[in-house]
Amino acid sequence: MSFLDSLGIHPAITIILLVIAGIAVLYISRRPAHRAIMSLSAVVHNAMRLSAHSVMKVESRLAERNREVLLIAGCEAEERMIEREFERIDATVRRDLSEYPAMHRRLNEEITAIEEDYQASIEVPPEPPGWMKAVEAVAKIPSKGDPMVSNILEDIHHSLVKANTNSIEAYRKASHKRHDRLRNMMPHWRKVLTVLTSVDKNVTSILSRSQTIDRHMKEYEDIVKGTDKALRMLSSSSLQHFFTSLAVMIIAAGIAMVNFQLIARPMSEMIGGTTSLFLGFQLNQIAAMIMILVEMTLGIFLMESLRITKLFPIVGALNDKLRIRIAWVLFVMLLSLATIEAGLGFTREILMEADQATGALLRGEEAGAIALESSVTWITTGSQMALGFILPFVLMFVAIPFETFIQSFRTVLGIVAVGSLRALAWLLRFVGTLFKFLGKSLLHIYDLIIFLPLFIEHKVNNSPVEKLKKSENIMSDQKGSEYEAI
Amino acid sequence: MKQFKIFFTGISLFFLLSCSNDVEVPRTHGVYMLLDTSGTYTKELKQAQRVISYSLLKMKPGDSFAVARVDTGSFSEKDIISKVTFEDRPSRMNQQKRVFLEKIDKFVKSVKGSAYTDITGGILQGIEFLNERAPGKKTILIFSDLKEELRKGFKRDIDFQLQDYRVIALNVTKLRSDNIDPKEYLDRLEQWRTRVETGGGVWKVINDLERLESLFG
Repeated sequence: MSFLDSLGIHPAITIILLVIAGIAVLYISRRPAHRAIMSLSAVVHNAMRLSAHSVMKVESRLAERNREVLLIAGCEAEERMIEREFERIDATVRRDLSEYPAMHRRLNEEITAIEEDYQASIEVPPEPPGWMKAVEAVAKIPSKGDPMVSNILEDIHHSLVKANTNSIEAYRKASHKRHDRLRNMMPHWRKVLTVLTSVDKNVTSILSRSQTIDRHMKEYEDIVKGTDKALRMLSSSSLQHFFTSLAVMIIAAGIAMVNFQLIARPMSEMIGGTTSLFLGFQLNQIAAMIMILVEMTLGIFLMESLRITKLFPIVGALNDKLRIRIAWVLFVMLLSLATIEAGLGFTREILMEADQATGALLRGEEAGAIALESSVTWITTGSQMALGFILPFVLMFVAIPFETFIQSFRTVLGIVAVGSLRALAWLLRFVGTLFKFLGKSLLHIYDLIIFLPLFIEHKVNNSPVEKLKKSENIMSDQKGSEYEAI
Repeated sequence: MKQFKIFFTGISLFFLLSCSNDVEVPRTHGVYMLLDTSGTYTKELKQAQRVISYSLLKMKPGDSFAVARVDTGSFSEKDIISKVTFEDRPSRMNQQKRVFLEKIDKFVKSVKGSAYTDITGGILQGIEFLNERAPGKKTILIFSDLKEELRKGFKRDIDFQLQDYRVIALNVTKLRSDNIDPKEYLDRLEQWRTRVETGGGVWKVINDLERLESLFG
């Protein structure tokens, strides 16, 4: 530019000259430039395509791995459920079978008692007196107006009436006895009914458990077969478990925070606290945090030794006697820490009161107001102590959502990774395609810039003289080839 | 092997962070308060008690606090009325505050006015005290009318070394002569400001004792 300027050429003319020169250069280098653009776009396109292919391969491998993990986790969960159900059935059967001889004896006794009562309650009609027939024969003797005979018959009649009355009385007594026996049978029936109801209940419970086991077994079979239904079910339940456990763990973090606030200050009364030890945290704060973490760890191991969670298989594999002993030791330790926390809660209240009193003194306030306030402080003292005692036990249960979180996290992480890989593959393909079409577009833009020389070239190529030259060239080529053939 | 690597990395990180924390400036606060006991200014000591109570109220474990009188020769430990570094234990700290307040109360009740006012000596003593305690934040409070009157023969033309220091003048009362010529008062303040800022410190004046929040801000 400066060279042209020095020649005294107008800048506009200079620009035009440069544009013409540029177009000329672009026209001359058209073919190599086209090839370079095409090869560049092809390189990027192919590289992206290959990368996308590799990513998709990794994705499918990961998806397969996730599927395996999900199925194994599902299998384990189902096995655990089935095992629990069998344990329950075992407990029920054991309990009932151990009681069975006693129950059988009881039933036998009741049935014997009922049978005896039944036998005793059979109605026997009263026997007419033995001399009745003789009396009947005497009564048929015609009296013929004989007063003696009449008197005898009257006496017989009286005797008969009396005998009849006695007989009815005896019959009534016997009936009363029978009714008494029947009444006595009622409690026996009821006892038998209770025993049979309990048997029925147990049998129903076992039947219901067996149905649950059937359901679990069906699910287990589906998982073992690796059906899509089982996979969908496991995946959705895994996500559900993940978010539920996450929510519970956030709540637990809040509880831990409250616990921390409760014990951090009184802890400084025990061990001091101005020295900043780690990341700006003071000694008392670190001690409080460690105490809470220790409580949570104890809780996790307690849950583990009670076989509620299965984070550490070695604990679950211990023999029952040792495991129970460990559980007791852990419980005692947790109880001790909870008691210490209750004590710290009490100390906190005392410190607060001392602070208030000193503050009042420094502000020059009357001591009476503080005294009035302190008459109701037993409520806050009690609350703080109770919180200090209860929160460690509440935090103990964090082991359950923690285990679920750990288990479901693997699946969720797998799902997220697969999703990310798919997104990456799509992005790579998109970029590859973009470069492919970008290369084509660049060719057109290139030609657009040099449209004028191209137009001239096109016109020259299509002129009659050029056409003739071309046809001559073709003819001479054909002849040459014929000669060569001969 | 992988688990070992993770464990090793965790331990290294812990020590790295712990080491980086060693150079951290302590968060404690050191306050050295000078009480002018010359002439009629002793009447203002009741106001000073309020400032001391406020300061005690705001003090935290690890903070240092000293109150010294300004008299004829203030560059002396004997002029320190009460000094304390608060302990970690909250109960002990409350006790220290009460004892401190009692000492100040006793002093205010029994104080006798001094003939001269050696503010420079008091500041030098304050610098010495705070440098020894090495708190994270250093403040010198001067409860005075800032009119320095030195006894004959006392040399106080010394430059202060007040890097990382805040020097706050409290309740700088106007003298009778200031009322006649306010320029005298302004010149006095300006002179002290220059001395403090030349020494590398931050200068501040608080005359309204209802607004003491900035003392510990």
